[in-house]
Amino acid sequence: MNKDVLICGVGGQGTVLASRIIAASAMSEGNTVHSAETIGMAQRGGPVTSHVRIGDEAYSPMIPSGKADLIIGFEPAEVVRNIGYLSADGLAVVNTSAVKPVTESLAETGYDGSSMIEYLKDNVNCIFVDGEAECTKLGSAKFLNILLLGIAAGSGRLGTSKDTIISEIEKRVPPKFKDKNIQAFLSGFEIGENKGESK
Amino acid sequence: MKEYVMGNGAIALGALKAGVNIACGYPGTPSSEIIETLAKYPHEGLHLEWSVNEKAALEVAAAAAYSGARALVTMKQVGLNVASDPLMSLAYVGVEGGLVVVSADDPGPISSQTEQDTRRFADFARIPVFDPSSPEEAFEMIQDAFDYSEKYKTPVIFRPTTRVDHGYASIEVGDKYIPKDYEGFKKDSGRFVIFPRLSYKNHGMIEDRNIQIGNDFSDYRFNTSEGGPSKKAVMASGVSYMYAKETLKDHPQIKLIKIATAYPFPESFMLKQLEGVEEILCLEELSPYIEEQLLKLAGKHHLTLKVDGKLTGHVPHMGENSADSVAKILKAYLETDLEAEYSKKDIPTLPVRPPVLCAGCPHRASFYAVKKAMEKEKTYYCGDIGCYTLGNAMPLDMVDTCLCMGAGVTMAQGFSHVDSDGKAFAFIGDSTFFASGINGVVNAVINEADITICILDNSTTAMTGHQPHPGTGINMMGHDVGKISITNILNGIGLKKVITVDPFELDKAIETVKECAQTKGVKAIIFKSPCIAIEKSSKKCTINDSCVNCKKCIRETGCPALILTDGKVTIDQSLCTGCGLCKQVCPMNAIGGATDE
Ligand SMILES: Cc1ncc(C[n+]2csc(CCOP(=O)(O)OP(=O)(O)O)c2C)c(N)n1
Repeated sequence: MNKDVLICGVGGQGTVLASRIIAASAMSEGNTVHSAETIGMAQRGGPVTSHVRIGDEAYSPMIPSGKADLIIGFEPAEVVRNIGYLSADGLAVVNTSAVKPVTESLAETGYDGSSMIEYLKDNVNCIFVDGEAECTKLGSAKFLNILLLGIAAGSGRLGTSKDTIISEIEKRVPPKFKDKNIQAFLSGFEIGENKGESK
Repeated sequence: MKEYVMGNGAIALGALKAGVNIACGYPGTPSSEIIETLAKYPHEGLHLEWSVNEKAALEVAAAAAYSGARALVTMKQVGLNVASDPLMSLAYVGVEGGLVVVSADDPGPISSQTEQDTRRFADFARIPVFDPSSPEEAFEMIQDAFDYSEKYKTPVIFRPTTRVDHGYASIEVGDKYIPKDYEGFKKDSGRFVIFPRLSYKNHGMIEDRNIQIGNDFSDYRFNTSEGGPSKKAVMASGVSYMYAKETLKDHPQIKLIKIATAYPFPESFMLKQLEGVEEILCLEELSPYIEEQLLKLAGKHHLTLKVDGKLTGHVPHMGENSADSVAKILKAYLETDLEAEYSKKDIPTLPVRPPVLCAGCPHRASFYAVKKAMEKEKTYYCGDIGCYTLGNAMPLDMVDTCLCMGAGVTMAQGFSHVDSDGKAFAFIGDSTFFASGINGVVNAVINEADITICILDNSTTAMTGHQPHPGTGINMMGHDVGKISITNILNGIGLKKVITVDPFELDKAIETVKECAQTKGVKAIIFKSPCIAIEKSSKKCTINDSCVNCKKCIRETGCPALILTDGKVTIDQSLCTGCGLCKQVCPMNAIGGATDE
């Protein structure tokens, strides 16, 4: 299997766990995996990305432009920022809840995500989800990453089986939150299955 | 067993497999995870330390290597500037056990002051350098580096770059750490005491030896070539090789040569590769190092060869390469069509997300206190390197200079000597103080500077990932050795005024700054409050009805937890740590909670 998955969002949203689970799932199904994450000055509120490259023909640690099969976007502007990575027939899973820049109150831009969503609607094959609303149903914003992972898996674009991913989630979340995370994954999975492949 | 690890993890695991006996380093992105990984895996019998700085790390390691032990030293590229004094001499003296200096380069630069190239340092010191192109290769190559170091009794440099350090891959990990057996130091002053005569003798030996190493490297397993034969070839090193491979998988007829040992250059390997080649493109980051080596080789052997690269403007000098930039350069070189690029022209304006001091960061309060106290004065604010460099951003705007670690303390002295009207301040973090601040304080006292040194003591090395330091008391062996007191150090140096304040007690902090600024001589204020990323707080501030929405809190502190909701000032409860700075800034007493609890 050859697959390139880009995960993007802002620091503190839990993108790293999602990328680890995708990498671990693909590996446990016998694939070679490489990944690269933003580290360094990146902190709460800064743009972050994880590039997960599955397969033996991936050499560059980062996905080349136009080659990502899937973008898992935790924030609409971050999806747009990275849209050049998506392949022509790629899919973007997009959380529509915007995260304002931490400097917004100092230098108002009025950013609320709507122009980004508009742009994505017109130009990209997307599954949109109101992450805030879905997470309220699940009881905590902490489940956003697993919810989005569920949608990506449900869309069929991840290339790894549902059961493999569930078992990797179980290995990586605290036992106390295991059931809730599985619930988040499954509700995402359902959204992905229903909305997947529709333009 | 396979493990999915970061490139730096792979380097650490490779060193363990090589039986490393001692590992020393000073934190710095992108190198810090090497020492941290060593601490996480079984390493009974390994001496592990965060040294006080890179020079100390290399000197500790050198003695171990004189004794036949295998020694690893880790740092970021600018760390090698600090360690260059022992390195240059050590190159002449040589070692008994393997000594590998990992100096991580940072093209971009992504989180560094400079875009310097460690391979030049290797050449300057006349010692070998290894340049891995992937985490998998780094794992193998670090083991080779120890072997070569021992074979030629010389320190060697291992220089990964950010994308190798921070890329993840699966590595086959050995299940047991077996430290190398070593004989111990054998006194031999003719060998280990550097004198002009020894340097003269060894200089000649080193130049002869390097020819030998170059020949040896010509058979080195990671100097490789694939594809071809072709008249147009590509020579690449480090991660640029991976980028080239990504594009050239569609052009298998093009010869791709990888240079893993930039110095000594594997000349006979390269000469063989050049047979039938008329034109060659050099792909590398930072300086045109292998490009220049190739030009020398071509000159020496009268080769008719067109060499494209940085020196011909085909490859940019600055910044990092990427799969895309390399694809573009290669396609121009091979005169093939480019795939249509994603058109960015219709993209809506993206929000900028600049790095800022965290909500609740004590550095914000310290800067604010100095700013308020000095409102009407002429000032020089000499910053330094750490999270607190972000104090330069608006609205604080409290960093006038930043040069290199430790420079704030000394530069403030320079300003005080050329302008006696201005008040010169130095801001220095606690880790930076221990690494290279203390000498500067001694210099200030003995040379009668008039400065106020603000030590921003957050009890950690925050910027590079919260490593311990001498002021935190716990070392990398896990031992509680007691905290070294900054106050005692400053008193020992002879400062007349050393005052510790909590920056969140704003009025007291402002008074302290005023008092110090008015006193002639060298004064120090220790702003003491822990990093909020380490010492989590459940306290929160809240806004009450007295708020008139004047926004002074936002305008003056710039705290990211202060936000506008429908035009009204509110506090983002998910970010607020209840530090209470805004509460003290508010003229209306409209902010409550936090420090009262
Ligand atoms: C010579 C050198 N070594 C290492 C580094 C990497 N580095 C950047 S900031 C820093 C120390 C930061 O710690 P501290 O001074 O305590 O400030 P904090 O980030 O905690 O505010 C280090 C080690 C560097 N820039 N230069």
